[in-house]
Amino acid sequence: MILAVASGKGGTGKTSVACALALALDRPLTFLDCDVEGANAHLLLRPELRSQEEVLVPYPTIDHSKCNLCGKCVEHCHFGAMVRLGKKVKVMENLCHGCGVCRLVCPQDAVTMSGRPVGTVHQGTAGLMRFFCGELRTGEALSVPIIKRIKKEKDDLVIIDCPPGTSCPAVESVEGSDFALLVTEPTPFGMHDLKAMITVCRRLDVPCGVVINRSFGDDKEVESLCEVAGVPVLLKIPFDRKVAEAYAKGGTLLEAMPELAEVLCDMFMEIRGLKR
Amino acid sequence: MIKIAVLSGKGGTGKTTAVASMAWYSENLVLADCDVDAANLALTMSGRLRTKDDYKGAYIASIDPKLCVECGKCEDNCHFEAITDLKVNAIHCEGCGACQVVCPAGAITMSLRKSGEIFVLDTARGPMVYADLFPGESNSGKLVTIVRRLADDLAESDGLDTVLIDGPPGTGCPAIASVTGVDLILAITEPSRSGEHDLLRLIELAHHFSIPICVAVNKWDLHAGMTREIEESCRRQGVMVVGRIPYDTNVMASIKAMRPLPSMFPKSPAALEFHKIWKEVRSRSKERKGSGLSLKLD
Repeated sequence: MILAVASGKGGTGKTSVACALALALDRPLTFLDCDVEGANAHLLLRPELRSQEEVLVPYPTIDHSKCNLCGKCVEHCHFGAMVRLGKKVKVMENLCHGCGVCRLVCPQDAVTMSGRPVGTVHQGTAGLMRFFCGELRTGEALSVPIIKRIKKEKDDLVIIDCPPGTSCPAVESVEGSDFALLVTEPTPFGMHDLKAMITVCRRLDVPCGVVINRSFGDDKEVESLCEVAGVPVLLKIPFDRKVAEAYAKGGTLLEAMPELAEVLCDMFMEIRGLKR
Repeated sequence: MIKIAVLSGKGGTGKTTAVASMAWYSENLVLADCDVDAANLALTMSGRLRTKDDYKGAYIASIDPKLCVECGKCEDNCHFEAITDLKVNAIHCEGCGACQVVCPAGAITMSLRKSGEIFVLDTARGPMVYADLFPGESNSGKLVTIVRRLADDLAESDGLDTVLIDGPPGTGCPAIASVTGVDLILAITEPSRSGEHDLLRLIELAHHFSIPICVAVNKWDLHAGMTREIEESCRRQGVMVVGRIPYDTNVMASIKAMRPLPSMFPKSPAALEFHKIWKEVRSRSKERKGSGLSLKLD
């Protein structure tokens, strides 16, 4: 089973819930931190990292001795990444998506595709878990290829810590999962972004359920939103300053609330019944 | 014109609360919500709708089955695994047009699709530009660039001197688009290991693009020791810490009421600190603009 922990809004507790669940289950599994722009799960799970691997994306190189400046690559690039500067065509690294259209349209065979590193995938173990996390290079825009690489890892049980947002990186992380656990907070911000994330899950045909984090007890508005959307509320985690204090130093939810372990295991059993 | 972007690296540290609060103490500004995946500033600052436009930022391929000769070249040449069994997957298609170029039968056309909407609101504190990228759509960086251009144009046409940007979490495509060409980044962080980790990534990004950056620690008293550690890390990086916002239950009350904090609780400790930070940030960005110096300490 592949279980994605996602949210839409940032800072609602995705990483806390994903890590606490992985630890509470206390069984062999694979944990994938796909928040490659701000990976934090390693701060909580403290894995022993054993190896790392660069992630490469296709990247055009132009042989200027063959290029006759016909401009076809400039004209066909949908991302504005090919620019003619004087007597040379230059590739704008940050705009290139690595699609290879420039190579396909070049009548002179002046374009070859090679690999350009955009980030790193770290691999290790934390207790019974296999652990993988991605790290986007500073100044690099493309996080999706790193997420794609991480998601190649398979296991009987995979828990994915997803990035915030509802566009490409979040979509790539959730896609193909058997279930998405959406962590929200009971505020207008949390609800607005939760609604968008439920839409994403629908588009991807991934069933989902909601965890209300930092609950002050009265969550009627979130609950009615979920009811209208036909999405179950699986768990409420009360607001507790102890949790914030434990988290500050890299402590997990379970350290502050040991009683949560059993509740999380029960929730996992429930998810097994709801999954695709 | 001065451009200030509020970012954080980690999500949920209080960017939007900071922007709405600082805007409350200001006149002559344009607000730009550049968290286009999850735009929340308009949930805090209400206003009258001035304009609404479609965002057509993404091309998508479509295959005409009548013309298709089923050669499979489109599939072979797609770098994004967006074509399977001669059908285009709308979520994976990046609109690059490689399939169209290699199709021997002319069966593929590329068309622009509407993938979001862009709004201009007139709030009590000036115009606000924000966008709504439809869930699951791509090209958020391009939409951020459009929101920013529109904000700059409004500042120009309405005679306003400051653009205040509410940025997205992360350090990737939309974050880079949000900070390109700004005079100053204000990073809002929280006293936690994750907050610090992602803040350091953001500082690295700012240095990479040579953009001055300063930091404020939100909810600093939730862990005073961690706050001191973060401030020490900033000092080591030569980055100025411009404020400490205390944990204040009024903040949650104002978020739930969907109003800027100082409009409801002008004397609350967090509001007063945001006022102080805004004055500091504004004068620093003006200085920077004047002298061309960076904000790095010696």
